[in-house]
Amino acid sequence: MNKLLVSPSPHFFTRTDTSAIMFDVILALFPALIAGIVFFGPRALIVTLVCVVSCVAFEWLVRKIMKRSNTIGDYSAIVTGVLLAFNLPPAIPIWMAVLGSFFAIIIVKQLFGGIGQNFANPAITARIILLASFGTQMTTWSKPFGYQGGVDAVASATPLADLYWANPWDLFIGNVSGCIGEVSALALLLGGIYLSFRKVINPLVPLTFIGTVFVFTWMLGENPVNHILAGGLMLGAIFMATDYATTPPVLGGKLIFALGCGIITTLIRVFGNYPEGVSFAILLMNLLTPLIDRIPMVNPLGKRKKGGAA
Amino acid sequence: MNYFRTFTKGLIKENPVLVMLLGTCPTLAVTTLAMNGLGMGAATTFVLVCSNVVISLLKNFIPKQVRLPSFIVIIAGFVTFVSFMLRSNFPELYEALGVFLSLITVNCIILGRAEMFASKNNVCASFLDGLGMGLGFTLALILIGAIREVLGSGTFFGLSIGDWFQPIGFFSSPAGGFFVFGCVIALVNVLSNYKMSSKKIGCASCPNASACGQAEKGEVAE
Repeated sequence: MNKLLVSPSPHFFTRTDTSAIMFDVILALFPALIAGIVFFGPRALIVTLVCVVSCVAFEWLVRKIMKRSNTIGDYSAIVTGVLLAFNLPPAIPIWMAVLGSFFAIIIVKQLFGGIGQNFANPAITARIILLASFGTQMTTWSKPFGYQGGVDAVASATPLADLYWANPWDLFIGNVSGCIGEVSALALLLGGIYLSFRKVINPLVPLTFIGTVFVFTWMLGENPVNHILAGGLMLGAIFMATDYATTPPVLGGKLIFALGCGIITTLIRVFGNYPEGVSFAILLMNLLTPLIDRIPMVNPLGKRKKGGAA
Repeated sequence: MNYFRTFTKGLIKENPVLVMLLGTCPTLAVTTLAMNGLGMGAATTFVLVCSNVVISLLKNFIPKQVRLPSFIVIIAGFVTFVSFMLRSNFPELYEALGVFLSLITVNCIILGRAEMFASKNNVCASFLDGLGMGLGFTLALILIGAIREVLGSGTFFGLSIGDWFQPIGFFSSPAGGFFVFGCVIALVNVLSNYKMSSKKIGCASCPNASACGQAEKGEVAE
């Protein structure tokens, strides 16, 4: 009789858990990291490592201080660190990267209860705080391959400043100045395809986000191809607008979220004072997520329709 | 009534900004520099003490139906006095505080103390209450202003704390104001041992209980 096991459901389990998903995300981020190192040299790797190490250290420390179970084993702090580094210019002072990790992990993530409880994306919020605080350092861009003994290593602006005439092939490959992880659309797309294939993200979300930007910039007389290839759009759409904790859980909500992100990004890029609007768009839509969740989009089983039988 | 407690309750236990969350608008707006916080706090304390004393003296002569307009007239009189004084003696501070100086008239703290305390208690107690609440307001503003000034501008009461420090502009911005405000409220909650209890949900456990008229009647919030 010992062979007959009686247990409540569920009876089937999947091996997928938080650490497996985060591991997939880390793998998907690797092409963009390699692209960043190729274009911006060892400095990009140093900034990324500093962000990762400080994020994990802050996570360990704050869980220890708050006497809670330690969560560094789920790799989420590593993902936050990599995403934060990808949103920073390669020449950023190291202590600013550490300060950004502090804001991301302690203020945005752990003070609200840790993984799954934060209402805003930690990496995006930390980037915005750094941008609001250190405007000069956050917009000092290195030229691609400038580390190979170039005389004029510091560029004045990203392609976003003069987007209409930028070379789309350079934007696609990543041969432009910008943040560490955002320059190469090709590398980010590889990661996005991997995540879609592994069913970690729903490809409709980044497609809606990018498609919205494409359509609206086209309607406003901009160069839509360059708009979707430049800046942090690919990075934000694939890796940040698909974050589980800070975006709506059901598909309809996800699409509203992505649509809103696209509209706000376009508005800031075309009419705003900042050249880039992806991070602001994602943060604003993060804040709207609880409201989007209140729109009923799934009919409960057996719900009666108005004036009719079930 | 214990006069000493009447004075000290405004400092932390019933701090008007950090516990009762009144007067949030000037708190967030003028605290980019510690000096502004001090000036705003001093001006508000002066108005609060004077209006508390005068309202306490007149409490038997003001008809209940028109008490709010009467209080506002008294408060506005003192605010006008303070703004003329500042304008002639401290023009720089007057410029820095701007419209928020006139807005002391509609500061919830002053009207709140007039309604909840001065119109029910004697002159001496009202004076001490106004002084305690005003000092609590001033201390909160100086604290928030000092944190924001040191981190956001790299100075303390206008003195540079050194070139090694790179100011973090976020703390000078309104968002940073809300952030520091929230952190200081959390600190005060720890200091005053305020605990969120699931058993005592009702007016009696609210930190505003002693300031709020409803709690005395024993009403319980639904």
